[in-house]
Amino acid sequence: MEKFTTHTGVAAPLRRSNVDTDQIIPAEYLKRVTRSGFEDGLFAAWRGDPDFVLNHPAFAGASVLVAGPDFGTGSSREHAVWALQNYGFRAVVAPRFGDIFRGNSGKSGLLTAQVEEKTVIAIWDLLDTAPGTEVTLDLLERTVSAGVGLAQVRDSFDIDDYTRWRLLEGLDDVAITLSHADDIDTYEATRPSYKPATL
Amino acid sequence: MGRTLAEKVWDEHVVRRADGEPDLLYIDLHLIHEVTSPQAFDGLRLSGRPVRRADLTIATEDHNIPTTDLDKPIADLVSRTQVETLRRNCEEFGVRLHPMGDIDQGIVHIIGPQLGLTQPGMTVVCGDSHTSTHGAFGALAFGIGTSEVEHVLATQTVPQTKPKTMVVTVVGDLRDGTSAKDLVLTLIAQETTGGGQGYIVEYRGDAISALSMEARMTICNMSIEWGAKAGLIAPDEKTFDFLHGREHAPRGVDWDAAVEHWRSLATDDDAAFDKEVVLDAAAVEPFVTWGTNPGQGAPLSADVPSPEDFAEPNQRVAAQRALEYMGLTAGTPLRDIAVDTVFLGSCTNGRIEDLRTAAALIEGRRVAGSTRMLVVPGSVRVRLQAEQEGLDVIFKQAGAEWRGAGCSMCLGMNPDQLAPGERCASTSNRNFEGRQGKGGRTHLVSPEVAVATGVLGHLAAPSDLATV
Repeated sequence: MEKFTTHTGVAAPLRRSNVDTDQIIPAEYLKRVTRSGFEDGLFAAWRGDPDFVLNHPAFAGASVLVAGPDFGTGSSREHAVWALQNYGFRAVVAPRFGDIFRGNSGKSGLLTAQVEEKTVIAIWDLLDTAPGTEVTLDLLERTVSAGVGLAQVRDSFDIDDYTRWRLLEGLDDVAITLSHADDIDTYEATRPSYKPATL
Repeated sequence: MGRTLAEKVWDEHVVRRADGEPDLLYIDLHLIHEVTSPQAFDGLRLSGRPVRRADLTIATEDHNIPTTDLDKPIADLVSRTQVETLRRNCEEFGVRLHPMGDIDQGIVHIIGPQLGLTQPGMTVVCGDSHTSTHGAFGALAFGIGTSEVEHVLATQTVPQTKPKTMVVTVVGDLRDGTSAKDLVLTLIAQETTGGGQGYIVEYRGDAISALSMEARMTICNMSIEWGAKAGLIAPDEKTFDFLHGREHAPRGVDWDAAVEHWRSLATDDDAAFDKEVVLDAAAVEPFVTWGTNPGQGAPLSADVPSPEDFAEPNQRVAAQRALEYMGLTAGTPLRDIAVDTVFLGSCTNGRIEDLRTAAALIEGRRVAGSTRMLVVPGSVRVRLQAEQEGLDVIFKQAGAEWRGAGCSMCLGMNPDQLAPGERCASTSNRNFEGRQGKGGRTHLVSPEVAVATGVLGHLAAPSDLATV
């Protein structure tokens, strides 16, 4: 996994709540067996609309998505994270995330910065006034900032300590767990005999 | 202080606990399907890791397979490749697979309980958010992403931060014509799609105890739709009766030992939950969704709401967008909404009991001329059982289509999809924009409401059929 310390990039405002993973990538795009190439399915139902935010020239090349509450609810499809990453997003800022989506993001290296709703609204307003404004996410300091002077928006964001550490170090979860293989062996020796087996 | 059911199951599965780290939980059962596993197996190959416990892993084909022409190869080449990839992966890594054509093939969340693999006190995961279904047995069951699928394949564990606990106490009795589906849709509308976020939810109370195992699965299945990590119900005699004698249920002295342990899992009297929600089952009416998330629902007797009815700005905007997408006008009685398609099936309502209920209601009646109805059993065994009972004949005589087993139109990944603008009453779990096909419009309903709607051609309650 690629390390994440700080990132500065053009932010796109997605003024919607409850953007579920079916919106992020519809099921018809989930048939691929690779981890790449999912950018064509990102927000597929909305991309055809010329007024959709990602079709706006000022937000071309956006790498930070700023969305309303309950972003990534619904299906467990990690393809939603890959689609965002394949498109070029490094981070999503929102007041609340779907649980599984947020977990998946942490595993794949997409930063999900949880902020208060008023911060999202302030960034949206800033991006409306000055489309193309860059937003900086500093994972060391856990801060999100955008704009300058009086128009500046700056706030801290929430992310759990463990995910933050893994993102900062770019660590592979499986390798961490396998370093505790002895604990797994010990646990397995205590499992009751009545537990079912599939083979 | 005592512990809750969820805490007991959690504690029993902690392999490693350290400050500043999530708990490392042992996984008793890992369910696999074709859509969320290929990249996980690729990861194993890349790192040269085996599947640690193939004997605690089981795979089936469900999400991406057709429900017609079952004797022919899958027509969509990309879908076929995905299914064949699962077959190759299972063979290479020694994982048991129930492919199309196998008698135990079906939706992952139907076959686990059916085989008796889902048991109280277990941890169950699957790369599918409706894994919460298995919570009906008092198991801690939750959906995971593909990275976690790889993690479980490689280590049989998954790191998890312990969620808070919530109890939903459902008092009173459900009235005739209402079911577990109406109950859970009512709950989600009340609590909204984010209301359960950060919690493992235990459902209890007289109304829950009165439910069959199948109805309990419907309730737990929808836990994710209000954001909960998992939903579970304490095991009781109904749970034990359901399991006893099933292929993978314990036998003899093992059965006795297991039941003794399962009884000890119930939430202690002095245990505390972080939150409690109380719901009156007697007040539940046949319920439908009108919007594009499962929290946007109302009793069938109501009218389509107006965005102005919502105080919270986000909900108001979401309602406005939903009405536009759904092609609905505020103030229209929900019963006046004409429906093109009825879908009966899915891991929410594709079990034999659902089919029996629906068949009893549709027997001697006809699906309205302007409406099509698809009946998709949740598994091959459900299908065969239904055929043995003659339910397929009842559905076909009523004008419904009788299909092969799978996820089908619940997620519109196979050819069973809605056309743009097509309106569907669906017994599935999600009414998201485009969920059942691009531009398709979904109203979530119970099997009873689905049948009444199919017969009358507009959203309807079972009681509306009295005169038909």
